[in-house]
Amino acid sequence: MTVNARTPLSTLKSHLAAACAATALLVAASGAQAADLNALIWCDHSDPALLEPFEKANDVKVNVKEFEGTGAGLAIVDQSQPGDWDVMVIDSIDVPRGVEKGLFEPLPEDKLPFADLFPEVKMDKSTIVDGKRYGITEKFGYNTIGFNKTKIDPADMQSLASLTSDKYKGKVAIYDYYLPVIGMAALAIGKKTADLTEADLPALKAELLKMKANAKLVGEVTASQTALATGEVDILVGGGEWVTAGLAKENPALDFSIPKEGAVLWSQSLAMFKDSKNKDMALKFIQYIMSPEGQARLATSSCYWGMPANKTAALTDEQKKILRFDEQPGFLARAQAYPAPNADLDKKMQDMWTEMLQAQ
Amino acid sequence: MSVCGRNSRALPWALVTPALVWTLLFFVLPFIAMGLSSLTAHEGGGFTLANYSQFFTDPSYWWAMVNSLEVTAIVTVISILLAYPFAWILAEMVPERRQRLALMLAVLPFWTSYVVRSYSWLLVLAQNGVINRTLTGIGLIGEPLQLANTRFATVTGFVHFFVMLLTLTIFANLKQLSPSYRKAAADLGAGPVRTFLHVVLPLTLPGIMVGAFLTFVLCIGDYITPQILGGNNELVMPQLVMMQIGRRGDFPLASALSIILMAVVTIAYLACARWLKIERA
Repeated sequence: MTVNARTPLSTLKSHLAAACAATALLVAASGAQAADLNALIWCDHSDPALLEPFEKANDVKVNVKEFEGTGAGLAIVDQSQPGDWDVMVIDSIDVPRGVEKGLFEPLPEDKLPFADLFPEVKMDKSTIVDGKRYGITEKFGYNTIGFNKTKIDPADMQSLASLTSDKYKGKVAIYDYYLPVIGMAALAIGKKTADLTEADLPALKAELLKMKANAKLVGEVTASQTALATGEVDILVGGGEWVTAGLAKENPALDFSIPKEGAVLWSQSLAMFKDSKNKDMALKFIQYIMSPEGQARLATSSCYWGMPANKTAALTDEQKKILRFDEQPGFLARAQAYPAPNADLDKKMQDMWTEMLQAQ
Repeated sequence: MSVCGRNSRALPWALVTPALVWTLLFFVLPFIAMGLSSLTAHEGGGFTLANYSQFFTDPSYWWAMVNSLEVTAIVTVISILLAYPFAWILAEMVPERRQRLALMLAVLPFWTSYVVRSYSWLLVLAQNGVINRTLTGIGLIGEPLQLANTRFATVTGFVHFFVMLLTLTIFANLKQLSPSYRKAAADLGAGPVRTFLHVVLPLTLPGIMVGAFLTFVLCIGDYITPQILGGNNELVMPQLVMMQIGRRGDFPLASALSIILMAVVTIAYLACARWLKIERA
């Protein structure tokens, strides 16, 4: 039963939330200065090699707060005062969630290098709302198959069917994020990721359970990387350059494939807060991240590597080789969109994922 | 009423006020906020009991509680079985002047980061880890065992931590035990085993129970160890709570699950408290 009414409970709750937020801000305010740039980011943006050149060039301190998952990021914003944050890194498909909450400022397209982006990753469907662009894709990659090519026949990794074959039972890890892996399950059963509906859930669940039956673990980023790097598993479902590229020097045997059924394209965007008190610096930061130098540093961040959205990124030949830069047109042509379910389907997908995790 | 009398009544309140304010600010108010949140719909924000009904009607949700209770029970029992003899050796067999050093060595693992320690266990238990290499090296097994990313790994990581905690509580209890109890038992003709079972063990039960309760509370609410070592092959409650927050930011459902978890901890506390009271009587 759900009743949409303003009750004494909700009033008290909102007062309590405001009190908690005020306390948190009092604590946070002691460490930040008005001229600082405050960025809500993913871990790849906290690399000093990325931030320091910008800080020195603009004589500004970039205060970063890492978060994982759009829900967690938006919760931080909810608990802050308007103007506390200047920029945010967000899943490209979730830009509309921020726009709906009235958080983001339209970006000036003429001041950003949109013409240099790979056209396939501009993500206009999610970064443009009501004709205004609120996000710019900064980095992308694939949720596909990561594997150890010395232990696995690379030819087998050209088909998603291999992931559920007995040949690789117990040699598989699954990346613990439901949307991209459900996207891969969709590709495996011949569905388009952009067209998924509730009616597809039973077939998707059956495919996920087959994957789980072959898997040794379902792990988040570090656990997946560790499992692949230590030889605990030889295949990572949902892996890609974001897992293998950063480990290429220590473990050149790790690679990724884009199977014949395709792969799921992930992308992350930068957005500027509407209430930012430092919009000029926020725009400068976005321009820096999107510059050839900033793109190269972001693409090879110590936290995880990924493809720069800007084709002119100043990567070395070796870095381009590791990222398989020259193969991108072919990869992008076969990649499908990240599933972007509405709130109801999103909840059902997460519950299906929970069932898969609990299945023995 | 004299000023002195008023002061004598006011002083205890003045002394306890900081603790009360602290508890109010950092426990009672957040708990009320969480309780209210748990009764709110994620979409729309109206009053709802759906967050609680989801837990009780969806097997994959309540199964997380079953997993949590099973893991916690196993960890608590194994930790007690390992910690008691360890504490006994420290208290009874290690010379007094070396007990401090021995205790320090016993709690050395506390000095490392919890996360680092869990990842270290992952490497030890991995297919190419120390244990599997040793076992295959000496020919005990032909193929590596799957130790990492299992419930066994989660329990191992927990036990490593909680044995130290229980050792400290049991050791403290053993040290407080007057030697005259044992002498009296011996005078009455009891042998060492009987003295232990009927005198020492009952008198050290409070130490065991305090340690066991702390183990229960910390273990059932822990997210890191099962997340790193369990391989997500089964979910426990804290993982289920975190899942609701990550992408969807479903704080109402996460709050409801947290309150249910807290209710279980409260029941455990009441059970322990009552039992301890009986023992003390």
